[in-house]
Amino acid sequence: MTTLAEYLSTQHAVPGHAPWPRVLVDESAWSIALGALASGRWSLLDLWGEPGMIHMALLDSALPYAPAIGVASLAAPDGRYQSVAQFHPPALRLERALCDLWGVQPIGLPDTRPWIDHGAWGLRHPAGTASIAPDTPDTPYPFLPAEGEGLHQVAVGPVHAGIIEPGHFRFTANGETVVRLELRLGYAHKGIESLLAGTPLDRAARIAGRTSGDSTVAYQFAFARAVEAALEIAVPPRAVYLRALMAELERLANHLGDIGAICNDASFALMHAHCGVLREQVLRAAGAAFGHRLMRDAICPGGVAGDLTEPGAAVIRTAITEIHRRFPALVELYDNTASLQDRTVSTGILRPALARLYAAGGYVGRASGRDFDVRRAFPYPPYESLAFEISLRDDGDVNARVWVRIREVEQSVALVTRILDSLPGGPLDVEPPHANGPREGMAMVEGFRGDVLVWLRLDGQGNVARCRLRDPSWFQWPLLEAIVEGNIIADFPICNKSFNCSYSGHDL
Amino acid sequence: MRKLLFQSLVRAPLTETPPLPEGAAIAEVGASLAERARRRLGRSLSIREVDAGSCNGCELEIHALNNAYYDLERFGLRFVASPRHADLLLVTGPVTKNMRAALEFTWQAMPDPKWVVAVGDCGRDGGCFAGSYAVGGGVAAVLPVDLHIPGCPPPPVEILKGLLALLDSAATRPGS
Repeated sequence: MTTLAEYLSTQHAVPGHAPWPRVLVDESAWSIALGALASGRWSLLDLWGEPGMIHMALLDSALPYAPAIGVASLAAPDGRYQSVAQFHPPALRLERALCDLWGVQPIGLPDTRPWIDHGAWGLRHPAGTASIAPDTPDTPYPFLPAEGEGLHQVAVGPVHAGIIEPGHFRFTANGETVVRLELRLGYAHKGIESLLAGTPLDRAARIAGRTSGDSTVAYQFAFARAVEAALEIAVPPRAVYLRALMAELERLANHLGDIGAICNDASFALMHAHCGVLREQVLRAAGAAFGHRLMRDAICPGGVAGDLTEPGAAVIRTAITEIHRRFPALVELYDNTASLQDRTVSTGILRPALARLYAAGGYVGRASGRDFDVRRAFPYPPYESLAFEISLRDDGDVNARVWVRIREVEQSVALVTRILDSLPGGPLDVEPPHANGPREGMAMVEGFRGDVLVWLRLDGQGNVARCRLRDPSWFQWPLLEAIVEGNIIADFPICNKSFNCSYSGHDL
Repeated sequence: MRKLLFQSLVRAPLTETPPLPEGAAIAEVGASLAERARRRLGRSLSIREVDAGSCNGCELEIHALNNAYYDLERFGLRFVASPRHADLLLVTGPVTKNMRAALEFTWQAMPDPKWVVAVGDCGRDGGCFAGSYAVGGGVAAVLPVDLHIPGCPPPPVEILKGLLALLDSAATRPGS
């Protein structure tokens, strides 16, 4: 049994790729990697394309003290290559999206229905050959069948009853019990990867920060780190700490909002109202300190866009004190309300084996026993010098996900205080130098939802040649379909909110 | 729970004084509202929100309008689940081609009189996603837009100002 590190060391390494290796593999080495994925020894982090080439990012966490990441690149001049999904189901939608966008032909792909392409672009394979094609808006999408007596279908979306992102859910139910849920996504597809190709660095950073609105800090952070890895820039310590401060504020705001919203989906509005107040206080503090409530465009490649002033830090401290004071009573309220627990306990159980197979990131994975947090597994500055705990459970239900997020709120509160206490002085950024020739970089950052992965190639003239942004939702959406099975339709909203996957981040 | 509820009773409310509607927004809205419609609207408005491919940033700030600080419903403004119940369509996002048909269906399902408000910079002209093969040129390329609320995303108070402008122009116009 080869480890990923051994596998990578025996392949042809591509020069100028940092910090993890990228290797060119032939078809037999590609098969070896597929075997390791099928056996569950490695996990799939991402699968993406460019003309004539398929890239696969892999994670080997068999040795918890020495996890490894690497990219295997397979030349596919005619677009044909051996499908990953036939051996490793988590690759399925990534490969369907590859087919839609790039026109590749994975041999043995178990599901050849389009995924992102709804027949409305006037183009086929827009990222690849981009041939003109007539729109086919009326072509029905063939949902997977469910057969049996007394089954009926419920179609929801893409316009939902609430204020949420667009997506279609097709339930097949027997009475109230869901027999099968199938998602159809792609409604929010904006062609971000194509927009990023050939774009100047500053504009690319702006677009990357708008991949998923609730994770704008995480995306800017990961994008900046990938650029810095490619150009071998060391970011000044003050910028590094300010980035982590923003990342923890973003985590806090999202967790607080979602804990309330999950309870609201059980019609427990009191939690929602109180958590909403705390979330608003975090956003206002972020707005006062960084000039934008969601901290858009506050991180740039090379550093941060603005400094944190003394009054700004004081506003953040006030918000944190308020959470510290008010949150415990809300946790107690959650814990002691039997009618609420009745809705969350044993609802939407994600089995640990599935979480592991899909390498589910964030609280989805950690509530189902997957001990993975990028801040710990592949620590990036300043997290290697900050103490914090990772909450882990293995019951995998809505309640477990709520508790993991409650613990993460407490950890983020402590982290924000620690960061403010140890904030170093000094410059805020370094000017990204122009590299001689193309360079490639990769970065993974722990957003509130899970690991955000960015891979990019810079062309040496200050432009992004290619950029791939992978949201954790790619590996969480399919799990949502799995956990809803056997639950009642009325519990779907609470299951869905306990995952809170991104539509825009997935659809790109 | 009783303790929390009691504390909320004796605590001063968090809800803030409403902002003044923006002059420019009033002018834009005023021009687009027919007198008869204004009379019917009064000071109450049901809103159907549609995300036409936004990054979700605008949705987060629209959600915030319902929190205790902004308390949208005190103005007679409320979000409804069905377009059949809505007076106003609040649209975010650059209108992706994959969402265009659903947006049009939602608009068609709304009874007259009805208005469209586009929220966010990408709702105006596609924003930073303009020029992509997958997006159109903002909401106005698909529906008749009565008001734009700019920002990326606009903070809740700006969205509130815009919506209040819509109501005020309905209530204060002579002859209405």
